[in-house]
Amino acid sequence: MKFSVTVTLKKDVLDPQGKVVQNTLINMGLSDLKSIRQGKHFEIEVDEKDETTAKKKVDVMCKKLLVNLIIEDYKISKI
Amino acid sequence: MKSTVIVFPGSNCDRDVAVALEKMQFKNQMVWHKETKLPKSDLIVVPGGFSYGDYLRSGAIAGKSLIIDEVIKVANSGCLVLGICNGFQILTETGLLKGTLLRNKNLKFINKDIHIKVLNNKSKFTHKYKKEQILKINIAHNEGNFFTDTHHLEELEKENLIAFKYCDEKGDINEQSNPNGSLNNIAGIFNSNKNILGMMPHPERMIDDLISNKDGVNLFSSLLN
Repeated sequence: MKFSVTVTLKKDVLDPQGKVVQNTLINMGLSDLKSIRQGKHFEIEVDEKDETTAKKKVDVMCKKLLVNLIIEDYKISKI
Repeated sequence: MKSTVIVFPGSNCDRDVAVALEKMQFKNQMVWHKETKLPKSDLIVVPGGFSYGDYLRSGAIAGKSLIIDEVIKVANSGCLVLGICNGFQILTETGLLKGTLLRNKNLKFINKDIHIKVLNNKSKFTHKYKKEQILKINIAHNEGNFFTDTHHLEELEKENLIAFKYCDEKGDINEQSNPNGSLNNIAGIFNSNKNILGMMPHPERMIDDLISNKDGVNLFSSLLN
């Protein structure tokens, strides 16, 4: 079973990279954007048939290593 | 005094800190990260560098390495632990120190000599310095922008757990003297028992007038007694 995990900086954490990307797009004339937050994306395949159990396993991976909970939020979705 | 320097793939200040420790008469040993036992030591140093190429987050992979379980065990039983630069990042990833180090505010790798002020000289790491002493010291990092939650920041300020803050040469702590955007100009912090110190600046680079200055010497000599 495959999951995607998206990790982004929390709302109140400054994201200088996202800001630079945003400014560059605006400078390129693509100004129809409100904000950009840069993040990370993982695709994880779990050897487990039950979806709830599999998702729980991915959640443990996120909490233990993939995500720094002080500054990052994450979202798990089945793919 | 016996010291141990932990070496990860990508550590690059391990030798420098070993030279500094030996110069100060520490009996030092280097320990590879795959070891599962630590030699009996009074001080564990987690050195600077780019452990595991900074993959995932700076210090994240090293923070889960085999030897780290042992470091956590001895740290929790009171052993002195010093994390410098990437070592500080690793200690935050292990949870031994709270908070985290974000990318520098200006998005640039900064390598230069800056000034820091000793805020707390009542610790095993800093008692040879005078209170509010200003040190000229090297920083070399891309992720040195200290960040933590409001609750921890309050605890740091109230309990005197901030070891060093970035300042200018006159000692003024302000936005101009903050090289990387760190919260409240924080350059180094203790845990609540003050047996663990994490700092971004490199004291091991400041032990000899021939190549820099001696502003880092007192950190190591503080630890000797």
